[in-house]
Amino acid sequence: MLLRHTSKEVKEREGLTINPAKTCQPIGAMYAALGIHGCLPHSHGSQGCCSYHRSTLTRHYKEPVMAATSSFTEGASVFGGQANLLAAIDTIFSVYEPDIIAVHSTCLSETIGDDLQQITRKANDDGKIPEGKRVIFASTPSFIGSHVTGYANMVTGIAQQFAVSTGAKKNQINIVAGWMEPSDMREIKRLAKELGVKIVLFPDTSDVLDAPQTGKHEFYPKGGTTIPELESIGDSLHSIALGSISAEPAAIALEKKCKVPFETLEVPIGLTATDRFIMSLSEIGGVTVPDEITADRGRLVDVIADMEQYLYGKRVALFGDPDQLVPLTEFLLDLNMKPVQIVSGTPGQRFEKTMREILDARSPETKFKNGIGADMFLLHQWMKNEPVDLLIGNTYGKYMARDEDVPFIRFGFPILDRIGHSYFPNVGYSGGLRLVEKILTALLDRQDRDALEEKFELVM
Amino acid sequence: MRKVAIYGKGGIGKSTTTQNTVAGLAEMGKKVMVIGCDPKADSTRLLLGGLQQKTVLDTLREEGEEVELEDIIKPGYRNTRCTESGGPEPGVGCAGRGIITSVNLLEQLGAFDDEWDLDYVFYDVLGDVVCGGFAMPIRDGKAEEIYIVCSGEMMAMYAANNICKGILKYADTGGVRLGGLICNSRNVDNERQMIEELAKKIGTQMIHFVPRNNFVQRAEINRQTVIEYDPTHVQADEYRALATKIDQNKMFVIPKPLEIEELEALLIEFGIAN
Repeated sequence: MLLRHTSKEVKEREGLTINPAKTCQPIGAMYAALGIHGCLPHSHGSQGCCSYHRSTLTRHYKEPVMAATSSFTEGASVFGGQANLLAAIDTIFSVYEPDIIAVHSTCLSETIGDDLQQITRKANDDGKIPEGKRVIFASTPSFIGSHVTGYANMVTGIAQQFAVSTGAKKNQINIVAGWMEPSDMREIKRLAKELGVKIVLFPDTSDVLDAPQTGKHEFYPKGGTTIPELESIGDSLHSIALGSISAEPAAIALEKKCKVPFETLEVPIGLTATDRFIMSLSEIGGVTVPDEITADRGRLVDVIADMEQYLYGKRVALFGDPDQLVPLTEFLLDLNMKPVQIVSGTPGQRFEKTMREILDARSPETKFKNGIGADMFLLHQWMKNEPVDLLIGNTYGKYMARDEDVPFIRFGFPILDRIGHSYFPNVGYSGGLRLVEKILTALLDRQDRDALEEKFELVM
Repeated sequence: MRKVAIYGKGGIGKSTTTQNTVAGLAEMGKKVMVIGCDPKADSTRLLLGGLQQKTVLDTLREEGEEVELEDIIKPGYRNTRCTESGGPEPGVGCAGRGIITSVNLLEQLGAFDDEWDLDYVFYDVLGDVVCGGFAMPIRDGKAEEIYIVCSGEMMAMYAANNICKGILKYADTGGVRLGGLICNSRNVDNERQMIEELAKKIGTQMIHFVPRNNFVQRAEINRQTVIEYDPTHVQADEYRALATKIDQNKMFVIPKPLEIEELEALLIEFGIAN
């Protein structure tokens, strides 16, 4: 009972968060930056920030995550970090030779008021940025929002600082990736290819954080959206933002800067969200949906129909990030399951509103909360009061699952104790199939474990 | 839309000068927004006829994300739009970060959008440029022209020179320029000549010499600008003149701050040090 102090009685808390369902902005910014080809993320702050963010990403992907830091000392916090960042840019370009440095701020540099735009411009004016190389930036103070906000801020920075509109439209569609795994990004590209629509996906961490073992370490793996691709997004016909919190801000910035119209969809997790994504892409791209995709969909529907008896009415608690939780909740409802308790540490009224819309019609009794006070402690208390059949969330959920003896599926960020998320997508119909398989395995394993001898079934 | 920041030593009369000048611009038919960037939140008192009840940061603290523009921007004299950043009480927290937060929030909420049809935005900034937060109004895309309020007193000139150093950093890489020094007279000997000389050495102009007049105090006690309190008063014309000069100003420079020895020499030459 590692969480034995979690009490059943839920009390109104004003100032205390216990086991937050979120993490720092710069983790998101660092992750987004890794989705650009040849990019070295740079943390403008003290060394500890950078180490923590790198190690969390490394543990989640089991891949080396490289990032640089401005290494603030007491002096830098008094005098500002400009000198550190200018020196860092110099060193990084001469020693580590990236094409791009993506600088994000930290709590400390934000509080002392370092202006990344001014410093990066100075670096440029002082000739510290070699010809053809780029330094981009995003402001990511962790006292606002969460890792999802940081991701959104860096993706917005990417869109704003790379996009150029040449006046000549390009026959391509931008897909702004909301927070998803490299495997998901690979699947989005596969779907677009199968549909026959030319897309630019950004950021794109496939072939960066799921790079194959070749016997040779590549400091900058072959994946990631390239500079020419990123420059071309300003000329695209349309943008689709996958995720209202993590992707839409970039699409808005792009619309403002280059007049590229956009629409926002959920991350295509589950049947309905994938339907919307495929339909939207086929409409905007002016293509018909090929039979292969329809068949993929059919297989998912078939599995759901076959196994409905095991899914029906099962109560699920879930926690994580808003852009995943919304389509996941919708999918669970499509599976006739009951997502009854939902928590996200990421603030935002948009999430609350969307959840309300989905749940009011189909599961009005569901408890959900996001932002301040929405932590895993609260979720655990809810679970104690109204037990659930399944818990879905990141690795930190394993403690609650163990204490309450509830089947547990790892989903979201971070997953520090299992593999698979980098390689098998959750998005698309195949992702839906994987989720259904995981859910069924968890539920049926539990049924087997607890079955009386005379009820221990061979066929299920 | 012209974006103006007013800096100067604490107590020099920045807020008073700003509001009286804004009243002059408003009288000319200009649409002006004033953003008080001072935790004391007294930059709009004369335009509003009393202290702003709720600052941006107060509202943010109490309402969370649900802040709306009308909660934090109030109409003042002749429909000037008035807002106060606010900040922590003395001795705690970080006032500089407060300014960053509130200016960002105003931007997010669209306070600067075209729909407001603004001719001017004035940032009234506390004291010296002491940290990154107080430089927020002159970061890229925000204030583009700066006026420094000073007087012939040594420390006011010293502060003005220091502020120029702050501007220099942002002028180098951004678009911000110095529009001039406003001399808010303290009846120091040779004051006008001395500030004119200081302005010349810095590479700018003394855009106006506002003579000292106790009537300003009287209007202030009545929570009004001079122009509102008594439009016919001679001091009202001084502020009108300043407003017109700012409106017609074409001289925007990157300042050349003086070395401290130069500044002291200037004071000796004009006789204060005797």
